[in-house]
Amino acid sequence: MDMIKVEDLSFEYIRRDENGDVESINKAIDNISLSVQKGEFIAILGANGSGKSTLAKHINAILYPTEGSIWVNGLNTKEEENVWEIRQTAGMVFQNPDNQIIATVVEEDVGFGPENMGIETEEIWKRVEESLKAVGMLEFRNLSPNKLSGGQKQRVAIAGIMAMKPECIVLDEPTAMLDPNGRKEVISTVRALNKKEKVTVLLITHHMDEVTYADKVIVMNRGKVVMQGTPREIFSHVDELKSFRLDVPQVTELAHELKKSGINLPMGILTVEEFIQSLTNV
Amino acid sequence: MQIIFDHINYVYNPGTAFERHAIKDINFTINKGEFIGLIGHTGSGKSTLIQHMNGLVKATSGHIYFNGEDIYEPKYSMKKLRSKVGLVFQYPEHQLFETTVFKDVMFGPTNLGLEKLVIEMRTYEALKMVGIGDDLLDASPFELSGGQKRRVAIAGVLAMKPEVLILDEPTAGLDPKGRDDILDQIALLHKESGITIILVTHSMEDVAKYADRLLVMNQGELVMSHTTKEVFSRYKELEDMQLAAPQVTYVMNALKEKGYAVPTDVTTIGEAQQEIVRLFGLTGKESTL
Amino acid sequence: MIRDITIGQYYPTNSIIHRLDPRVKLTGTFLYIVSLFLFDTFYGYIAVILFLFSMIKLSKVPFRFIMKGLKSIIVILLFMLFFNLFFTQGETELFKWGVIRITAEGLKSAGFMGIRLICLILGSSLMTLTTTPNQLTDGLERLLWPLRHIKVPVHEISMMMSIALRFIPILLEETDKIMRAQMARGADFESGGVLKRAKSLIPLLVPLFVSAFRRANDLAMAMEARCYRGGEGRTKMKPLKYWKRDYFGYLMLLIYIASVITVKVLEKTIL
Repeated sequence: MDMIKVEDLSFEYIRRDENGDVESINKAIDNISLSVQKGEFIAILGANGSGKSTLAKHINAILYPTEGSIWVNGLNTKEEENVWEIRQTAGMVFQNPDNQIIATVVEEDVGFGPENMGIETEEIWKRVEESLKAVGMLEFRNLSPNKLSGGQKQRVAIAGIMAMKPECIVLDEPTAMLDPNGRKEVISTVRALNKKEKVTVLLITHHMDEVTYADKVIVMNRGKVVMQGTPREIFSHVDELKSFRLDVPQVTELAHELKKSGINLPMGILTVEEFIQSLTNV
Repeated sequence: MQIIFDHINYVYNPGTAFERHAIKDINFTINKGEFIGLIGHTGSGKSTLIQHMNGLVKATSGHIYFNGEDIYEPKYSMKKLRSKVGLVFQYPEHQLFETTVFKDVMFGPTNLGLEKLVIEMRTYEALKMVGIGDDLLDASPFELSGGQKRRVAIAGVLAMKPEVLILDEPTAGLDPKGRDDILDQIALLHKESGITIILVTHSMEDVAKYADRLLVMNQGELVMSHTTKEVFSRYKELEDMQLAAPQVTYVMNALKEKGYAVPTDVTTIGEAQQEIVRLFGLTGKESTL
Repeated sequence: MIRDITIGQYYPTNSIIHRLDPRVKLTGTFLYIVSLFLFDTFYGYIAVILFLFSMIKLSKVPFRFIMKGLKSIIVILLFMLFFNLFFTQGETELFKWGVIRITAEGLKSAGFMGIRLICLILGSSLMTLTTTPNQLTDGLERLLWPLRHIKVPVHEISMMMSIALRFIPILLEETDKIMRAQMARGADFESGGVLKRAKSLIPLLVPLFVSAFRRANDLAMAMEARCYRGGEGRTKMKPLKYWKRDYFGYLMLLIYIASVITVKVLEKTIL
């Protein structure tokens, strides 16, 4: 069974004027279909306003489709009785680390989800400890979140989701507000969870260097899925990506430019090592 | 325009248990028309440093001279200084408050006590400079897209006609195209009006592309103040400060190590492309011989 | 600037008072304040002060530190003393100069009022100094729990309190940031008359409200995404549980109340 299955999904934001008449209809998601397998690391790339965050909120049953359907682990998000099970199965991490930490002590925040699920006290403590360990934040358990860096706060938020024992984590631009070190921290944490804990990961971002490790990259533009493939396949289309307001790592772009100048390099180079290797082979 | 920092120190909460020496004995001069990049990892003192420039933070010791005048002289007008040294904070769109875009940008020049006509002229010009079209002048600033909001906020500072514009991570949270658009606009402004720019950023690629000179901060100290090329040629030192050089600099250094005859002070994609093409122009011929 | 304000300050140390269940401390503080107003006689106050000082001693919080709490009310204190001293009607005149007249009754009333106020502040700051904000909200929630039968949203109130505790420092910092940003645009928050100053707050308050609403919206979404659906069916990571020392605490409270009542009754019958 697919972890996530999206079929012909559309979502419209309807804006009304003061009289309640429809002023404009904005199609944030325009007829999308895709599926995610258990254990995959999927990256969704897209510029601001491409509909990627709207899609993420559908997976967590925060928004409901105008048309089409979404299934999370076989559960249709449209059916109200499924909502809590869906939110527990597909946990969600948001952009602003400050606005998703509820408690004034790190460990209490991680315990918030399990508390809501009605888990017994002893089991909560166990889960809190495991989750904090999994994100490498155990030594900060008694601190106030205000004392942590952005990257650390975001790892606490991830631990908060892990404590709910989800099968899938959806991260909605978790690094957009972080500095380069914070970004590295968060991405390596997420990769480790995917590898060791076998959690399915859906990473939404517009930072291209964060998707090079994904099993599959989905590119969105104006509410539509415009590209799908491995990072290498996606990064082979530099000009196309740029037309979607996106970018590629410097080495990828350099290789692309050199190819245009007639140097025969392979498509979709992702790292400095690869670039040097390919160039010496030419 | 000239800014001189003369032995500037700043201590948080002096004399208490929370005392912290945030800025340590900093000296530098910034001249008219420069495009400066200010880099350093989070907590290195960048933000505190730039707030000294327009007097929002007062140094514990040392002097700052703006256009030859000591800004800590009792008679010196801070309000005037703030109009000459424009500071755009991180996420500046969070400061928007008026009902229309035009009115919001008017806030700065109005505070300077200018004539109404002058205020409106400046507002209009500033909005033009950041690429906000006439159709948005009467829109509510809260209904704009993220990128547009940020432009309006920058216009709010530009409308005061500053001689130097300091931008604290002006591209944070924007997508790649939005980032390039804003930076290109700033570069254009710098070129056309000759305004001095100080760009604070975490992106080495961005400063490599735009800045002439870099100031590097580490643990409250100014550790480097050299041309962009020179700073990035010392990338090993930068790494010790949790910083790095642009990816292409690493490419060129790796090529050099492999024995290719390439310069290592390359910092932009364009330069790297040129150098490699030149290199292959030669080796290419050799292989056909 | 604005960050100097501290709220709900907690003095971390390991004492019997710190370890007491927050419910005992909340009940104790409440009863203590009531006793301050009911037992307003000379010997009554001796008992009240004695009790307070033994609690402070037990709490291991330095006396100096507790006295800091008095600083904030010094103006109110002087004001009350002044009124009681000069405006109490009384017979026994001690001093007279023009319209100014001090009587023995006035002096007594001012003295009692001063003691009462100081004890009140010291007593309640002892509670906040020895109890973390989380424990306080938890304790309050459990104490008020029966009120939910009369439709008081007890769980919601305590959730609001703990969220407020988390966001107050964030919003203070944000206020500071917006203030600086507007000052960089030439705003002036410090000069001018009342009206001008009030008007100068608009560029600060509008962005602050916008941001607070945005945060509230984000937070609500994050809470829902973590399966929050009100107090129903929720378990606790750190449930409150009474230990032997807590029952002993209640016993001490009972003894205290009994002794102040005895003092009052004795004073009434003997004098």
